[in-house]
Amino acid sequence: MADCQHEARIEHLLRELAPQVLGAVARRFRDFSSAEDAVQEAMIAAFTQWPQQGVPDNPRGWLIQVACRRMADHVRGEIARRERETAVAAEVEALLPTLEIEADMDPNDTLVLLFMCCHPALTPSSAIALTLRAVGGLTTAEIANAFLVPEATMAQRISRAKQTIKASGVPFRLPSPPQRSELLPQVLHVLYLIFSEGYASSIGSHLQRLDLAREAIRLTRNIKTLLPDNPEIAGLLALMLLTDARRAARTGPHEELIPLDKQDRTLWADAEISEGIELLTAALSRGSVGLYQLQAAIAAVHDEAEKVEDTDWPQIMALYELLNRVSPSPMVTLNHAIAAAMVHGPAKGLDLLRALDSDPRIAGHYRLDAVRAHLFEKIGDRQAAVNHYRIAARRTTSIPERNYLMTQAARLAGD
Amino acid sequence: MKYILMMTGKKSDFEAYASWSKDDLQANVAFMRAFSKELQDSGVFVSTEGLGWPSEAKLVRAGKNGEPITDGVFPESKEFLAGYWIIDVESSEQAYQIAARVSQAPGPGGKPANMPIEVRPVLSGHADLGL
Repeated sequence: MADCQHEARIEHLLRELAPQVLGAVARRFRDFSSAEDAVQEAMIAAFTQWPQQGVPDNPRGWLIQVACRRMADHVRGEIARRERETAVAAEVEALLPTLEIEADMDPNDTLVLLFMCCHPALTPSSAIALTLRAVGGLTTAEIANAFLVPEATMAQRISRAKQTIKASGVPFRLPSPPQRSELLPQVLHVLYLIFSEGYASSIGSHLQRLDLAREAIRLTRNIKTLLPDNPEIAGLLALMLLTDARRAARTGPHEELIPLDKQDRTLWADAEISEGIELLTAALSRGSVGLYQLQAAIAAVHDEAEKVEDTDWPQIMALYELLNRVSPSPMVTLNHAIAAAMVHGPAKGLDLLRALDSDPRIAGHYRLDAVRAHLFEKIGDRQAAVNHYRIAARRTTSIPERNYLMTQAARLAGD
Repeated sequence: MKYILMMTGKKSDFEAYASWSKDDLQANVAFMRAFSKELQDSGVFVSTEGLGWPSEAKLVRAGKNGEPITDGVFPESKEFLAGYWIIDVESSEQAYQIAARVSQAPGPGGKPANMPIEVRPVLSGHADLGL
């Protein structure tokens, strides 16, 4: 037990140090791709040695030193292959003893890595994998396990992502402030995707899977300490906390989905809710309101209602209207229709949904049918509700959701 | 030795399943969950997946330029894979025992559905296939 705790502490420490170590090594050698491999090797060495031999006094320095040695081996290998002058090899040798590890720390390294891993040249799935590894300090095996794909597949995805970055020639330096504001939405989107993946998959029998939602919260928290004044980062963190707070209430004893309006609200995590609201309040007072702050504000309105009847639907409807202006999407229209139905009645909601039938981005999506089914039920058209629940059940790609939708149809058909 | 246990059905079987009562559906889902857990607890579980509804299935062929040509029309008699389990067991008899167990998943009225489960050996040495 004590061993387990000890190992968990080491694991936690390694994850915290990973981006700092990688940043220092990548900056020194100006080669992100190889540095990333070298740091992973150093982390594995630490994980096998530290539990027995104890954590060194300066764990970060230890990791940087080991990773740099691996890098030097790698560079030597490259040089031998290319049959270059021995002088270059000597240069590398000279680099090693002069490591001034502590002086070499730059808190911006983590940010540099993050911007690099969420590079627009990468597909979302590659950016997610690379971010979890380089910034999150997770091993390839852990990431593979979280996404339920073979480790070899994930290793290949990460390696291709690194090649893409190498080919795109992004320098290892912090983007300028205007570049940063241009790239930040992409970074936040990647963090958001990691969170949603974790939240969606935290249902069911995959309990041994790594908790990606918590991982996303940890990463976003770290980013927030590096860019404390950015209201959208705070908004994203608030959104994650305010959503994650409902985790325990979201599934029943048989892992069945429980929708928001049927949840036992005493199971919601108060600490996460208050932290989320505090973050959001501070962010909103800074002026520029973005899509994450608005989504967090909507989550906060739900979380603040002690009973479902207390939900301030006019407020939620107004927030969706704002969100539709800041970041229009069919999902926003859909959610706005739900809120409008709560304020003005289900007929109004059904009316607003009609606009989505001609939108190829959502027409045929199970959510559209699920919401229609719900509104038809409210209006009293039971047959239409059953039909739409069944269509939605056929279209969803999630088993818990399919079970939920089929049960809804069965409940109405059987009454 | 690995075996795959496949649950299949015609479109009409899927539609019939979708119109079961709420209690029957819930009993069936609970049974399936317990079954997967049993496989894990007894150390024979390898993997399991559930597949999308037959209405979402497409038949794809390459067209002239190698571009995909999709078709969603299937004969009524076509058997669709609904889901599968892969297990690692000592003998085919053990695989049949396990298949019989899932075949008894409760159907309408809570009676064992005795649905057919296709059992086939999973070959080893997939590298030989160039995969």
